[in-house]
Amino acid sequence: MAAPIGQPRVRLPAQVRAGEIIEIRTLISHVMETGQRRDQAGAVIPRDIIRRFEAKFEGETVFAMDLAPAISANPYIAFPFKAERPGRFEFTWTNDAGESRSATQDLRLA
Amino acid sequence: MIPRTNTTRRGVLALAAAGAAISLLPVPATAQLSAGAQAAVDRVRNNRTAQEGRITLRAPPIAENGNTVPIAVSVESPMTAADHVARIHVFADKNPTPDVATFHLTPACGRAQLDTRIRLGQTQDLIVLAEMSDGSLFMTRAEVKVTIGGCGG
Repeated sequence: MAAPIGQPRVRLPAQVRAGEIIEIRTLISHVMETGQRRDQAGAVIPRDIIRRFEAKFEGETVFAMDLAPAISANPYIAFPFKAERPGRFEFTWTNDAGESRSATQDLRLA
Repeated sequence: MIPRTNTTRRGVLALAAAGAAISLLPVPATAQLSAGAQAAVDRVRNNRTAQEGRITLRAPPIAENGNTVPIAVSVESPMTAADHVARIHVFADKNPTPDVATFHLTPACGRAQLDTRIRLGQTQDLIVLAEMSDGSLFMTRAEVKVTIGGCGG
């Protein structure tokens, strides 16, 4: 059984002007089990990580990241975006089992 | 002089925000990489020559807790449709597996600057490769010292 993919948290700046390059900060709760650790009986704890993050704006992929076990638990990812028009972001995190969790957020321009 | 830092999560974040992470000086690319890291770098290079420059890697020069080391990578680029950073690869020379992350960027990003937090099993070099939209390749390498390794027992 894959570990749960926790609540995603995404933060956009409160005030965004057209043309501004903003930083989008994301965090998701996840153990990011490396596959290197052993349990008390000495058995390897199987790898179970978020392996892919994808950010879409108005349906188009604008940024993505492939994650390895070397990404810390509760992956934090911050990336830039040039805000030219208002629209909707969809952020998706996918684990080794292919299960995913998404969050949406609207970009409004001042 | 090494400033004493506290290792709580809040402390690490506050330090990162306060700019405690500094731009690491690149180490000469001549030193031998581990077999795993060399293979990973060669896969990305795909017979291309990696140039120096353009990449800035920011991280604490000494990470007390290898379980969560904040890193920031930026690459100089106009980020236009014709000329942008397509992918940034990060490898850790001496982790059990060298792969850390691959970032896929588009002109919609506006600039090439990423932040994340990584695990480092021991003191080692980080290798960053940036692939441009025209196929050119840039590389840098810098050492992060780790007090307590981050790969679990």
